[in-house]
Amino acid sequence: MRIPYNWLKKYVKVDLPSQELAHLLTMAGLEVEGIEDLSLKCKGVVVGEIRSLEPHPYADRLWVCQVDVGERVIQLVTGAPNVRAGQKVAVALEGARLPDGQEIKRASFRGVVSQGMLCSPQELGLDPGLFSAEEREGIISLPPDSPPGEDISRALGLEDQVLVLELTPNRGDCLSIWGVAREVAALTGAPLCWPHLQLEEEGNIEEWIAVEIESPELCPRYLARVVTGVKVAPSPAWLQGFLRACGLRPINNVVDITNFVMWEMGQPLHAFDYDKLGGKRIIVRTARPGEKIVTLDGEERLLDPSMLVIADEKDPVAVAGVMGGLESEVTFSTCSVLIEAACFDNISIRRTSKRLGLRSEASLRFERGVDVEAVPKAADRAAQLMAQLAGGKVIGGRLDAYPRKFFPVTISLRPERVNELLGTSLPSREIKELLERLHLEVRGEGPFQVKVPSFRRDLKEEADLIEEVARIYGYDRITPTLPGQVTSRPKQTWRQKWEQKGREAAFLAGLSEVVTYSFISPRIWDHLLLPPEHPWRRALKIANPLKEDHSVMRPSLLPGLLQVALRNFNRKVTSLEIYEVGRVFLPREGDLPEEPLRLAGLVMGVRDRAWNRPTPPLDFYYLKGVVENILSRVRCPGVIFEATSSLPFLHPGRAALLEKGEEVLGYLGELHPQVLKNIDLPCRACVFELDWERVGRHSQDYPRHQPLPRYPSVERDLALVVKEEVPARAVEEVIKEAGGDMLWSCRLFDVYRGDPVPPGCKSLAFSLVFRVPHRTLTEEEVNRRMKRIEEELVFRIGASVRR
Amino acid sequence: MEARILAIKEEALQCLESARTLEEVENIRVRFLGKKGELTQVLRAMGQIPPEERPRIGQLANQVKEVLEKALQQARERVEGQELAFRLEREKIDVTLPGYPLPLGHRHPIYQTLEEIRDIFVGLGFDVVEGPEVEKDYYNFEALNIPKDHPARDMQDSFYITEEILLRTHTSPVQIRVMEERYPEIPIKIIAPGKVYRRDDDATHSPMFFQVEGLLVDRKVTFGELKGTLMTFLKQMFGEGIRVRFRPSYFPFTEPSAEVDMSCVICNGEGCRVCKQTGWLEILGSGMVHPQVLKMAGYDPQEVSGFAFGLGVDRIAMLRYGIDDLRLFYENDHRFLQQF
Repeated sequence: MRIPYNWLKKYVKVDLPSQELAHLLTMAGLEVEGIEDLSLKCKGVVVGEIRSLEPHPYADRLWVCQVDVGERVIQLVTGAPNVRAGQKVAVALEGARLPDGQEIKRASFRGVVSQGMLCSPQELGLDPGLFSAEEREGIISLPPDSPPGEDISRALGLEDQVLVLELTPNRGDCLSIWGVAREVAALTGAPLCWPHLQLEEEGNIEEWIAVEIESPELCPRYLARVVTGVKVAPSPAWLQGFLRACGLRPINNVVDITNFVMWEMGQPLHAFDYDKLGGKRIIVRTARPGEKIVTLDGEERLLDPSMLVIADEKDPVAVAGVMGGLESEVTFSTCSVLIEAACFDNISIRRTSKRLGLRSEASLRFERGVDVEAVPKAADRAAQLMAQLAGGKVIGGRLDAYPRKFFPVTISLRPERVNELLGTSLPSREIKELLERLHLEVRGEGPFQVKVPSFRRDLKEEADLIEEVARIYGYDRITPTLPGQVTSRPKQTWRQKWEQKGREAAFLAGLSEVVTYSFISPRIWDHLLLPPEHPWRRALKIANPLKEDHSVMRPSLLPGLLQVALRNFNRKVTSLEIYEVGRVFLPREGDLPEEPLRLAGLVMGVRDRAWNRPTPPLDFYYLKGVVENILSRVRCPGVIFEATSSLPFLHPGRAALLEKGEEVLGYLGELHPQVLKNIDLPCRACVFELDWERVGRHSQDYPRHQPLPRYPSVERDLALVVKEEVPARAVEEVIKEAGGDMLWSCRLFDVYRGDPVPPGCKSLAFSLVFRVPHRTLTEEEVNRRMKRIEEELVFRIGASVRR
Repeated sequence: MEARILAIKEEALQCLESARTLEEVENIRVRFLGKKGELTQVLRAMGQIPPEERPRIGQLANQVKEVLEKALQQARERVEGQELAFRLEREKIDVTLPGYPLPLGHRHPIYQTLEEIRDIFVGLGFDVVEGPEVEKDYYNFEALNIPKDHPARDMQDSFYITEEILLRTHTSPVQIRVMEERYPEIPIKIIAPGKVYRRDDDATHSPMFFQVEGLLVDRKVTFGELKGTLMTFLKQMFGEGIRVRFRPSYFPFTEPSAEVDMSCVICNGEGCRVCKQTGWLEILGSGMVHPQVLKMAGYDPQEVSGFAFGLGVDRIAMLRYGIDDLRLFYENDHRFLQQF
């Protein structure tokens, strides 16, 4: 909401610097976003009047004009298509400086001297949207009453500052200068001042028009006035200046007056060309199925029966409260005007304007609620101005259909409740005084009975009044204290702590945390080679996504990680070690989706080279080490990595499911080469994803202490040759089984292929540690056990022991 | 004999003097004092000298042996010292070469900030709760006093799954869920951190971002306590030096409502680009729980009152780390992440 400060001062007698007033308003809940200085940043530009105009003798599209610039008449050459004799224009005199820094010099156009320049809105740094198309392509056409020689800023009403207010939706009453003036009065005690309203009327409106409301629930009040004999013309300078300051484009005096009153009082008005209203009837009704209307912006709109329209005896002439129709628009040939001042149901207006995709200053105000009791005053004000500025005659009386009368609400307010809720100790009389400053009528003692005026429909209950008290008293004057409440609840749940543990474990394993959007592109499923029936393809869809790429709620963290890998690779960051912890979304029939927590990671590339030893490639075994590190840090022992080819997006020979007992905790693997090709990632990458809560159920919260060994252990190395297809874990299992209790640990430390190991075989070397708790083992015992292990290996998996 | 012993002594001492390694010293020991050493041989030949000479010669030999053993020890120490010095010299390295690059993970700045915020509130006695990110319209709007067609719905353009299910636009629905679940327990003193979603995507809006919701419900909770709590939080987060102001605002689920501003931490309130020359930063929204909201959740607004607040984690993280573009958080450029 734009409020020109000089205009505000006409309605409330304040004399504060704009900055101070802005602070005052902001601290009272009417946030001033900024203060705009309207003055043009130019020098030497004045009003001129075109005395005469003749075509340039030697140039086709140029004009030579004699222009009165106050004390003298100068000669100017222009190419503007809209230049006319008698027109008021903006003249940059010789020596003038324009906002873009350009200095105007005397110039000669094919032998004809020009002592300055006629300006367009753009050349003066003005928003072209506030001027007509003709002016945008040519020169500014100033109001006819602009005095030649006057400085252009003054002539355009720009010697002012505008307070730009960011209003909250509950304060529809402040969408007007008058509303803001009321607030200023309440905050400063300055007196309010309403312009004198007096009307001379002739005749009887009932002979002119009839009003009928068919849907009173959508239109509590509809009031019409008629002004005849108007001369539609450009508005005077002050009105054009006002509207531009408010960000509105002047159109003609009649339309400008309706906009002026809307800005002044907050009541949207509409002016119909009376002669275009068929049957001299106004019917407020819902639209009929299939009905259409061409609105003022030239668009044809299809209406439906949920929308309220203003119709004449046949057709809609306006979409009620949203926008008028083109057919009954006021034009320069209009002679009689019907002024509509009405009040429409806010929800209906909101729905209609949403559905039509059409928001206007009027619909905004109706949505936020207008003062139903101020309707007659607004109509009178507009009629008065039309008489004054357009020479119209006001027809006697108003047609006021008011089926839903306003009854003021009375709210009970306990002064002690005010203090209890605010933590203040305001005396009753101060509370009363604060409310009265807002034009609320306060009666009684003990509980006050507070009568709310028609313009403050946002005040509905005691709490609302308490806010008003606090607001006018000043939030900053309320003393801060610390609450002492103590609860016996645990400060964090197991799940929260577990999530935190996951984040930290992955970070400590050397991965970096990423946060990706919860919505992903459904196109990824094809890239991931998922079969048509794969459950991920049934992921939750967003009905109104911003874009296709963000239209599905992720059932896995994988797509987000791939996106990050890709983006980094494209930015030449080719090595990556990342993880994400977050919820995924699994649809459930007839309920909100399940939101389990996942921990997933991705690595690709090679860690930065070191000068003194090789750094590991970030491959499958590296990531497996990371996963093992994470699982061991969170005390989830005994997870089995089972080879799998069941995950279509992973390399079938380099993928594993993580299993614990019967449960699958997640997967780990290298991305399928075809997937890499599909997503355009030209390097290998490995990924894992864990169902984090499931991992949590298999983990110990605290470690169980084991006594330190008191007797020495015996170490033996064991190297064996097995067939290539025998997995290391099978060998390890045999060793452990045959080793029994005596075998304390068994760790693979070398894999070797090549001479002398026969082709198709590999050599695996294990380091075994033997130990028993209560005595020292003898050499003999260990030898016997080693022999047993070797025999079992030979017997069960055909291994041969290397010596 | 005597001359022989003294000659051995001289020779041995001379040899020791020129010994350069422990091995040489040991060789000298073997040559003179070893089982077949020269001195040992001489002593073995004691039987050949007259008995009356024996004590004197024996004494001499023992003296010489002692002298040599001592000299050997000294030589060893000297040589060891030399060897060590030589080794130290030889083993000198360039300490300016880089260390081995160990894996180094980084925590995302948003989560670091979120955890800092959480820890402050836990310290103030709040417990942490969570709610679903895909939420019912009822919890996200209706129960928060935002019926269908309420203008406040424009403030939060939503992503819908169905007409009744949407991505939560704020963490406030957790307020309702907690009150419903815990009724009639008081006090309720919770924060609810998490992701929220709005249909906005530009330089200053991300369609997904993070909020922390706070709620205190008890007998006689006051607006003054709301002020005290939030001021304490902001000062713990940004330092004692900051100024905080509360100004009236509007949220359908609080009444009175307050927007909380903090003096700009970039320019210290002088006015800069970040605070749009105002010297103030909008940092959170808050207010006293609307009686309607308490009622909907089962509590009697005559018996209890409460305050609630919601703060944007992204904004706080931006201020904390001097980040000027929100989108960096969700791009996850590794060169960005490794700064934290």
